[in-house]
Amino acid sequence: MAKKIKITINEVALEIEPGTSILDAARQTGVIIPTLCYHKDLCVAGNCRVCVVEIVGQKRLSAACATPCEDGMDILTNSFKVRNSRKHIIELLLSEHNADCTRCYKNGNCELQKLASDYKIMTQDFIRLSRSKNYTIDHYSPSIIKDDSKCIRCQRCVRTCEEIQGVNALTVAYKGDRMKISTFFEKPMNDVICTNCGQCINHCPTGALVEKNYIEEVWEAIADKGCHVIVQTAPAVRIGLGEELGFKVGSRVTGKMVSALKRLGFDAVMDTDFSADLTIMEEGTELMMRLKRALEDHDPDVKLPMATSCSPGWIKYIEHMYPDYLGYLSTCKSPQQMFGALAKTYYAKAKNLNPAKIVSVSIMPCTAKKFESNRPEMHDSGFRDVDYVLTTRELAIMIKQAGIDFMRLEDMSFDSLMGESTGAGVIFGATGGVMEAALRTVYELVTGRPVPFENLNITPVRGMDGVKEASIKIESPIQEWAFLDGVELKCAVAHGLINAKKVMDSIISGESHYHFVEFMACPGGCLGGGGQPIPTNPEIRRKRAEAIYAEDEGMPLRKSHQNPEILKIYNDFLLKPMGEKSHQLLHTKYSPRKRF
Amino acid sequence: MYPVTELIKNLADQHGRERRNLLPILQGVVEQEKYLSEYSMIEIARELDLPASEVYGTATFYSFLEYKKMGKYIIRICKTITCSMKGKNQIIKTIEDMLKINVGETTPDGNFSLLQTNCLGFCHKAPAMLINYEVYIDLTPEKVREILTGYINKKEKEE
Amino acid sequence: MSTPIYQLKRVDFIFKDEKDWKEILKNSINRPAHELINELISSELKGRGGAGFPTGLKWKLAAEVDDPIKYVICNADEGEPGTFKDREILSKVPLKVLTSMAVCGHVIGSKEGYIYLRGEYFFLQPELNKSIGEFKDYCNEINFDFTIKIFMGSGAYICGEETALFESMEGKRGEPRNKPPFPSTFGYLGKPTVINNVETLAHCYTIFEYGSKRFYDLGVQYSRGSKLFSVSGDTPKPGIYELELGMSLVDFVDEFGDGDTKAVQVGGASGFLVPRKGFRETTIGFQGKLTGISLPTGGSMMLFNSSRSMYNVLDNYLEFFREESCGQCTPCRVGCQQLLNGIKAVKRGEKNAQYLNKLMRLTETMQYTAKCGLGQSVANSFSAIVENFREEMIY
Repeated sequence: MAKKIKITINEVALEIEPGTSILDAARQTGVIIPTLCYHKDLCVAGNCRVCVVEIVGQKRLSAACATPCEDGMDILTNSFKVRNSRKHIIELLLSEHNADCTRCYKNGNCELQKLASDYKIMTQDFIRLSRSKNYTIDHYSPSIIKDDSKCIRCQRCVRTCEEIQGVNALTVAYKGDRMKISTFFEKPMNDVICTNCGQCINHCPTGALVEKNYIEEVWEAIADKGCHVIVQTAPAVRIGLGEELGFKVGSRVTGKMVSALKRLGFDAVMDTDFSADLTIMEEGTELMMRLKRALEDHDPDVKLPMATSCSPGWIKYIEHMYPDYLGYLSTCKSPQQMFGALAKTYYAKAKNLNPAKIVSVSIMPCTAKKFESNRPEMHDSGFRDVDYVLTTRELAIMIKQAGIDFMRLEDMSFDSLMGESTGAGVIFGATGGVMEAALRTVYELVTGRPVPFENLNITPVRGMDGVKEASIKIESPIQEWAFLDGVELKCAVAHGLINAKKVMDSIISGESHYHFVEFMACPGGCLGGGGQPIPTNPEIRRKRAEAIYAEDEGMPLRKSHQNPEILKIYNDFLLKPMGEKSHQLLHTKYSPRKRF
Repeated sequence: MYPVTELIKNLADQHGRERRNLLPILQGVVEQEKYLSEYSMIEIARELDLPASEVYGTATFYSFLEYKKMGKYIIRICKTITCSMKGKNQIIKTIEDMLKINVGETTPDGNFSLLQTNCLGFCHKAPAMLINYEVYIDLTPEKVREILTGYINKKEKEE
Repeated sequence: MSTPIYQLKRVDFIFKDEKDWKEILKNSINRPAHELINELISSELKGRGGAGFPTGLKWKLAAEVDDPIKYVICNADEGEPGTFKDREILSKVPLKVLTSMAVCGHVIGSKEGYIYLRGEYFFLQPELNKSIGEFKDYCNEINFDFTIKIFMGSGAYICGEETALFESMEGKRGEPRNKPPFPSTFGYLGKPTVINNVETLAHCYTIFEYGSKRFYDLGVQYSRGSKLFSVSGDTPKPGIYELELGMSLVDFVDEFGDGDTKAVQVGGASGFLVPRKGFRETTIGFQGKLTGISLPTGGSMMLFNSSRSMYNVLDNYLEFFREESCGQCTPCRVGCQQLLNGIKAVKRGEKNAQYLNKLMRLTETMQYTAKCGLGQSVANSFSAIVENFREEMIY
């Protein structure tokens, strides 16, 4: 390791690793330098200039995020010159920004607003530029609203779309005063290759990119006495929601969340974890059938590896980028959509409700789920299977609006019929979770023994590496699966679409031979979803993952096939995995889309 | 195959298909077509395996890479300080009167587009203009009329 | 013509014929790299694009980096308003530039050179390519491995900024990079790169031809050698002149003015505006002079006489910057818009004259915080015009 270098920050001497940025060095000494274009998930842009600092002896100020410390540097982060310049830059940003804060969705959760408040920018002498530019709001996407008048050109969204997702739906276009964040030829977001993942929203410091919210629609449904409003909550919501409501990162608030939903007035509070368990039954069976066709029947038409289909961002991505490979996808709907189809059939029948009067709401860590529920094929119940999708953030807003003191809520349990779940269902919320849950079930169904990992924790598929690989050797299976004896089941897990691309390319080139691959659009899986609390960064994702696995360990049942409500639904309604009823309600097909 | 598709293929063969070859390819298309259509940009993206948005974002950065339909002859009048001091407004007025279009417009027959541009580097011979890649300097209204008449006649001869 | 007037001394190196280029190339590439570097260092040649970085040091830094792939780039993106000398060099003595590029290749260990030619100079291409062909033939003849290609720009002033130029050559938007790293270690395609202005390379040729002393003996301390000046505006003799550095601006105006010069813009729109009262105390050269004001220039000298409205001049500059800013950094993108809209608002009476002071403070912030030279330098002409011609700004 190279020798440490000596610097001073605000006259405090410190020794740091060479190459450390001034920003990081300052944070090490407890000095916080404000930033806007900087984000821990992304490469350094150095373009907002809010983080400028003074290096004694230099006339010009330097961007702390983009300037590495050099030996002997004498840095001032709060000199007169720095403060004046910083205020000027904030004023400039405000002059370009549609600062109509009270009517902004991000009011109270905007980084620019916070800076303006911290620096007490009380006057606005500069000419308001946003008024003279004819911005139109793009609200055609069911997931994302893009309002250029609120954009501060930090390019975090563009870097997110490129570096994390490899989608490049957004780009920087034009130059000078006309420079803006744009899609190809300024088309609406839903006309380009946007996957609706919402990572741009999660990384946007202002209200330029926000989710399309359905809060009022849901309030209206709740208020309608003639409607039966049923809600499902995704695994990652329970470990993220607390962040919006005063809990520290990584807090598990499952019981409080259920309480809150009941207080909000939902008629039934159910769990997407239930349909996650159901997904494992269907998808696990599908995998075993594909393996049988490939390895025993030697059917040349069978497509392996089988790719998971839970993540709607990933689905739209593969439809655009690899339209010739849609056969690799599992035909299983996502847990949200399985739940939706059952809510208006199985649940309606059991509760003797008119499905036309059921309003099905889901709480998701995801914005792509809004698009998914809007897909034309998602009407297998005879109605729209899921009526409204709210993000974790939108639920938090409703809870605040209802005046619920979330911290003081007592814990409650989900309602029955589709409310029970196992640890396998909850880990769907973390990257590798679907894989782990599937392996727990598939291995046991094939061999009659639990998966050979200590305490069922399949650690090779956990963690934040972009691409993870694991293989499990199947030994002495039960008679029906004898052909699998000695087969090494090869699996891979990718999260963040840039990593999905890597895995897809290696499969297509023939470099990799997997049997089963889990793909999640968002980094960290759903816990890092585009609908999760802002900010999300590597450290926060790590803490949320810990919470997910703790939730799993705390569950009495941890394998999907042991979920009593799953056993019940197969007994009473579906009869068997991949059966006729399942095909009708729980499986789907995909449509090729254009890449360009 | 559309002619522009073939053009793009040939340009990619000639320059290469890496990102660093993007500008020469964009320039090659503009040289032929006068502008980059949505279709051309998509074809370029396909040929270079780039996101279409990247092609668009890059092209729109450069003043000479037009992305709106342009006339056969693009007239660019320098508007920077010396040309401005030396009467570029009269030059523009002359052209506008002659072609019956305003700055930013294209003649209905698709022959001429009139644009302003930043410093052409002929400040000692101001005012200056480009017609496509040809430079004209020390302009006066008379001289401009003569030059344009030349183009109009040339165009008629071709037809 | 050649009689010196006051301290203003015309010299004639750059456009002197280039007939000996083969000999100079051959001789130079037979000299060891360190010797050539020392030759440049002792000449005290500084970059002629405007920034004035010592050329010898630039070559030395790139030579010291250990990398099998390096690039030599000639910056011919001559976009500064009022500058037109590089085109003249490339059309009259291109082989001088090509020779120096090749010598640089020899010094730093590079086999590839590019000329980044601005889109506006498209018409230079055929002739320049002919010279490149002739040059390549000779390199082949003497078994010297160095290839030069033209890379065309497409109309973007900011690409004259060296890191924006690399981005542009890489097929991207020409947005300046964060520095460090600097080109000598991380330039085109992330490789060590020497990037020199056209004129700088032409001077290198002079130094290789006559030795560093001939060059060093011209000019004054800190500003050695000669320089091409692009003279335009209100002058009876606009054109390109090679003059010794270190001349007094008053002498320059005596020579080139029309007898009614009100102000001179030294170094183009991004340079410095000197009002009449400052002519005497201003010399033209790199900063570092012990007394008085010394102004560097990439060669642009624009003269304005009493008939000119300095408001119009500033308005024109600001519109130029507003459009040509790459737009990535806040102070430059928004600052330029505010300055332009601001002076218009003052002129129209929508903002009071005090607002000019606020704009002056804004240019200071732009100077301190903009990411690259463009945004940093808007302050130069803005403050000079607003300070010296305040009345014209308001009424």
